[in-house]
Amino acid sequence: MRFLSSFLLLMIALPTQGRLNVVATTPDLAAIAREVGGSAVNVISLARPTEDPHFVEPKPSLIVKLRDADVLIEGGAELEIGWLPALVDRAGNRKISPGGTGHIKANDGVRMLEVPTELDRSQGDIHAAGNPHYLADPQNACIVARHIEKTLCALEPQSASQFRANTDQFVHDLEAKLAFWRQTLAPFKGQTVVGYHNSWPYFAERFGLRIDLFLEPKPGLPATPTHLAEIIGQMKQRRARVIIVDRYLDRRTAEAVASRTGAKVIEVTHFPGGIKDTEKGYVALMDYLVNALAKAFAR
Amino acid sequence: MNSYRQLIAGLIMAVGLCVVSGQQSSETEQLKQQLQQLQENLERTQREYQAQIQELQKRVHDLEQTSAGAPARLSHGQPVVTDLDKESNPGSNWVAATASSSRGSASILRPLESKDGRSYLDIGLIGTFAAGTSTADDISGGTQLGGHDPNQRGFTVQGIEANFAGAVDPYFRANANVLFQVDEDGESRLELEEAWLETLSLSSGLQVRAGEFYTEFGRQNSLHPHAWAFVDQPVVLGRFLGPDGLRNPGARASWLTPTPFFSELLLSVQNSQGETASSFRSGGGHGNADESALPLAYRHADNDRGVDGLEDLLLSPRYALSLDLTDNQVLLLGASAAFGPNSRGSEDAGSTLTQIYGFDLTWKWKSPEHHAGFPFVSFQTEGLMRRYEAGHFDWDENGNGLVDFGEVVDSTTGLPAFLARETLTDYGFYSQLLYGFRKGWVAGLRFEYSAGETADYEQSSLTLDGEPLGRDPLRSQRWRVSPNLTWYPSEFSKIRLQYNYDDRLVVGVDHSVWLQFEFLLGAHAAHRF
Repeated sequence: MRFLSSFLLLMIALPTQGRLNVVATTPDLAAIAREVGGSAVNVISLARPTEDPHFVEPKPSLIVKLRDADVLIEGGAELEIGWLPALVDRAGNRKISPGGTGHIKANDGVRMLEVPTELDRSQGDIHAAGNPHYLADPQNACIVARHIEKTLCALEPQSASQFRANTDQFVHDLEAKLAFWRQTLAPFKGQTVVGYHNSWPYFAERFGLRIDLFLEPKPGLPATPTHLAEIIGQMKQRRARVIIVDRYLDRRTAEAVASRTGAKVIEVTHFPGGIKDTEKGYVALMDYLVNALAKAFAR
Repeated sequence: MNSYRQLIAGLIMAVGLCVVSGQQSSETEQLKQQLQQLQENLERTQREYQAQIQELQKRVHDLEQTSAGAPARLSHGQPVVTDLDKESNPGSNWVAATASSSRGSASILRPLESKDGRSYLDIGLIGTFAAGTSTADDISGGTQLGGHDPNQRGFTVQGIEANFAGAVDPYFRANANVLFQVDEDGESRLELEEAWLETLSLSSGLQVRAGEFYTEFGRQNSLHPHAWAFVDQPVVLGRFLGPDGLRNPGARASWLTPTPFFSELLLSVQNSQGETASSFRSGGGHGNADESALPLAYRHADNDRGVDGLEDLLLSPRYALSLDLTDNQVLLLGASAAFGPNSRGSEDAGSTLTQIYGFDLTWKWKSPEHHAGFPFVSFQTEGLMRRYEAGHFDWDENGNGLVDFGEVVDSTTGLPAFLARETLTDYGFYSQLLYGFRKGWVAGLRFEYSAGETADYEQSSLTLDGEPLGRDPLRSQRWRVSPNLTWYPSEFSKIRLQYNYDDRLVVGVDHSVWLQFEFLLGAHAAHRF
């Protein structure tokens, strides 16, 4: 009996350890939250860095994580629309529901690219709010960090100075790094990079690259031989030498195209931890992406 | 902001020094008041400035949306980087092109948008059709028990389902599903599948739903037909929960227990009558079988005493618990029950109750590097048991003591049969394995078994119009194996081919092949696990 009661007590006591529970939908948002919150918060990501963030399994355990959350950071651009709303509904947590004190819609104030002029699914799986992969631009990471800072300061005023200092530091570091990254990629401005899925327009814009050829004929549809033939033709014409493929996408198709065009396939990810050496956080991720691209271009 | 803080800090220090240097306490009070006033003034100014800054930020943002692609942005007043150097950037044409597409959209989309991009009312339409053939003579209500199953050789409109969903106000969300159907005779039918409102967030993990809804019994009963992994309804669910599933008007409370793993307790209270409560106070035959077919337990449902108390309603508790076995594997276990009166037997048959118990297990593995959810493997099984009290029934309904046409006769006496009260016990299960082997492709295999203990009415030598009746085909042993293959061209369409090998104890073996196709228009709520 005593065992049972202490077990029950333990079960109830476990989720809260005094620190704010911050739940981010994706690992990039989680990484930024860790920078801002530091040791004063406990951050988890619902999606894992290696998986397709559009199709996270709505495991019941995620409902429990949302129920125990003080803060929910969501992308805000429909990336999670296929799995998150049902979980939030079921969790019944007022704090993290839209409009709640701990609900952060991370893309507020972000200039969204590729917002469709009309919603037409014959054009493939498009996002009505624009391309949701906006964190590939470090400047947007600064905006997101400020949102998180604001919410954390409001929820835990006694740590506000720490949150502010952390955020200032993060933004300052990014600023310095960004200059360096732009410099690294500057020699390759205007070059074409072929993507598998159209998830890199923000990165392209920031670093002056052209990432406008895709192995998918339309967002979400599998590659077809005719489409690939067209892409190969375009790649030769534009002398495209680099193909980027997200970890969870079909690398074999990319390799096949690369072998016909002499291009190099590099594995990319939007998420810290999606590829080896990116685990440390957002800066490590961008370091990896910029260096991998620069290396592939300079080949 | 920082400069204000520094100023305040400086003032506090200055005041502190004054106090230390031995001023009188009244002066200190005065100074404190002055300081407070000063602080309040500063805070007010600060708030005003913040509001102004926010307003300006918003304007700048709006201007960005409408001006020709100037990427200058603010990050809380701190420009982190300067503009892209457009002149020396050959990629800028493309950049400008995307920026302009985002610009044109804002005004078009805005009327559709509400807070955080969701509209007030999400509307979706799902059309599900089937085509195929079967060796069975009794497809509708015979091999195919489900009300939305393929019901004839040729084509079937399984259902055109309209879904309306949204938040009502800060307290409730609502959902309604209206289904349009064409039956095997070409008659149109309109069904209200669900219409309910649910609390958004009561405290302590509680939620309450009220309206017309599917009873949370096992895994499949609460799913709309388009979310099923097979073309048709499992046999055991068709037999126990009815052709349209168990659903009725009522109220439901659910409680997420305060445990670190998912554990949920649900209790539904619903009306117990009507065709969507077929094991309870339902008047018709069983399933959507032919009207001329004999009713369940060979006795009519004349024993409906209405509702006098809570025990005359349908009560359905459920407990579900889920664990992540590994990062890639989920297990969900559930136990369900449904209790309520039934109306089987003569008018004076007394209280007759039905109890249905169910156990379900769902396991799913999804690759840690899945693309669009593929590859995955999932296994789901539900086992059910039903105890059904059938009241006594006298087939000599007009009391003339003679055998009239359409009456069940006891061949040992040659008189209209008198069926004594008895309890029927039935059980069954289905297990289904799904393998999403590449993006958009799922192979499935379902195995089903259903049977009932032979009841007294089946053992006695009953005849109808001279034909011996024997075992009840809708309670006797049946098993079915169904392999299928589904292709999802996108998330919004599917094509499914299924074969059923069907072995019924009374009827024999039948083969059926069905091709199902489905479209989805508009909004569709995220599916739960």
